[in-house]
Amino acid sequence: MMMTVACLPLPVDETLEIKKNRFCPGNGGNGRRISVVTGIHGDELEGQLVCFQVAKRIRENPERLLGTVDLYPAINPLGIDSVTRGIPGFDLDMNRTFPGAMEGSLTEHLAACVVQDLVGSDLCLDIHASNIYLTEIPQIRINELHREKLMPLAMEANVDLIWVHGANTVLESTLAHSMNSLGVPTLVVEMGVGMRLTPAYADQLTQGIFHLMERLRIWKEEEIPVRTPVVSEDPDEVTYLNAPVSGIFQKKKNHGEHLKKGDEVGIVLNPYTGEVLTSMTAPGDGWLFTIREYPVVDEGSLIARILREPPGCAG
Amino acid sequence: MEKEILFQIPSLYRDDFRIRGYRFGQGKKALCVVGSMRGNEYQQIYTCSQLVARLKELEGRGLLKEDQEILVIPSLNPSSMNIEKRFWPTDNSDINRMFPGYSLGETTQRIAAGVFGQIKDFENGIQFASFYMPGKFSPHVRMMKTGYENVEKAREFGLPYIVLRVPKPYDTTTLNYNWQIWETNAFSLYGAATDTIDEESARRLIDGILRFLASEGILKEGAQADPPRESRVFTDRELLAVRSRKSGILKSLVGVEVKVAQGQLLGYLLDTGEGRRIEELYAPLDGTVFFAHSKPLVYANTAVFKLLAGEEPFRGER
Ligand SMILES: [Zn+2]
Repeated sequence: MMMTVACLPLPVDETLEIKKNRFCPGNGGNGRRISVVTGIHGDELEGQLVCFQVAKRIRENPERLLGTVDLYPAINPLGIDSVTRGIPGFDLDMNRTFPGAMEGSLTEHLAACVVQDLVGSDLCLDIHASNIYLTEIPQIRINELHREKLMPLAMEANVDLIWVHGANTVLESTLAHSMNSLGVPTLVVEMGVGMRLTPAYADQLTQGIFHLMERLRIWKEEEIPVRTPVVSEDPDEVTYLNAPVSGIFQKKKNHGEHLKKGDEVGIVLNPYTGEVLTSMTAPGDGWLFTIREYPVVDEGSLIARILREPPGCAG
Repeated sequence: MEKEILFQIPSLYRDDFRIRGYRFGQGKKALCVVGSMRGNEYQQIYTCSQLVARLKELEGRGLLKEDQEILVIPSLNPSSMNIEKRFWPTDNSDINRMFPGYSLGETTQRIAAGVFGQIKDFENGIQFASFYMPGKFSPHVRMMKTGYENVEKAREFGLPYIVLRVPKPYDTTTLNYNWQIWETNAFSLYGAATDTIDEESARRLIDGILRFLASEGILKEGAQADPPRESRVFTDRELLAVRSRKSGILKSLVGVEVKVAQGQLLGYLLDTGEGRRIEELYAPLDGTVFFAHSKPLVYANTAVFKLLAGEEPFRGER
């Protein structure tokens, strides 16, 4: 059932609407509810395939549905439609506008409508796809403030990594922070890369979503297997590689690879001269969970994130 | 005056990214002024460049104290302004969300760190700021209520208003906030425009800075600065927003600093297809227009005007 979450008139003969599709059994179901949200950043599209697959599997097996599934594929519809990360016209990152305000500006109003609509969910997943620069292995990021409540859920989501990060005032204006503060457990998934679809990741996360739905008694299915993620809670375990010079970056390793100390992760080139300006290597043994995809780099551009591993555990 | 490069990043295909500073005097780090941080802050770079011209003239006449250092940085972001882009060219990040910066981090974090390292020890810091919504403000000094704000000093500008802003989470990464945390008296100066140039507003802000310099004893005797004037102090929460319920073409009937009476028509919206009036915006109280939206189109729920209630003590500066 298509439902309107927010609705505002635009100046020239157009209505801005945020919509969701609600699935529930004919009898109304048991009242348990999961919300799958994506598209806050208009250039992150991996969640599109996840919503599609969740919807498809429910349509094909309606008898398995016990509770309510709300799918929100486009929280920032103008952004998605115009290849814009933020809210077009405002040049504003929508994920810095929560919890918003009903009586506030257009952006604040939209944010408040989304928050209000999600209240009451037993679980919310906010699916991101990094950005156009970096590829990420499927991971869940948890603010340490909400660690206790979220960790058991995140462990069941079929991702490869759970990354617990420190509290940060800037992140207080994200959707996830607002929802978690309101008592709606909300998991932030980052996977893949901006402006692309990675079908294998969509399959993996969809599997995790149905597993969580089964655990929450929203879905009836024999045990759906999920993988056990690596958990990182110590910020010192994560090494950041940043480009030391401007130029063209070429990656030499793929995300998800295990690295030995000294392995070349990528190089920065000068196309005028044929010189390799710099070679970037792993400072220790580790797991490459983020790698730069976009070739043009400035001095400082993020190239990779590596999770430290004790030597010998690579496999 | 010494012209110098404060920070530089080499680029492969563009000229090097350079932040240039103009330094007057030597010794006590008295005042740092920062102009535009975003590529559309034309009024801010204009005002700053006019300030450099004014200071140079005063210096030429021997009216600046030589042992007091003033550093003016018209632009922290030439790369964006040169291509008419608001935020950082490659990753769209906002330098004014990166303070205090991180010298080993991403590009704009490095820019923020590189600059902040050179400006954090000034006793006073001024930034020509802009608002994320398009519009004109009454000239004012804005400060964050961090507990470190120095309202009495802000009065030295003699601008009509001093606005205290309760910081929001994202404010903690702005230059103004971090200056205050590092014990610089930080002031954001707002004027009438951002992406257009308003001479009158630039002149008033520069006059305000000269009054501040005079009160701080950075100008020598004989430098002509207007006497200080009374500022009205209030918090941003006291402003009353007049919002549009519909969207359309905006026709404003009043500008900033105009006194309005309760029930007065401030502006109206026109239907973009048929040209008829679809909404009228009235003043809900007697007051002064502090902010006025300035783009041709408005969205629904936009704060088209912000009014300050009541009589203000400030009397005609013009
Ligand atoms: Zn995102």
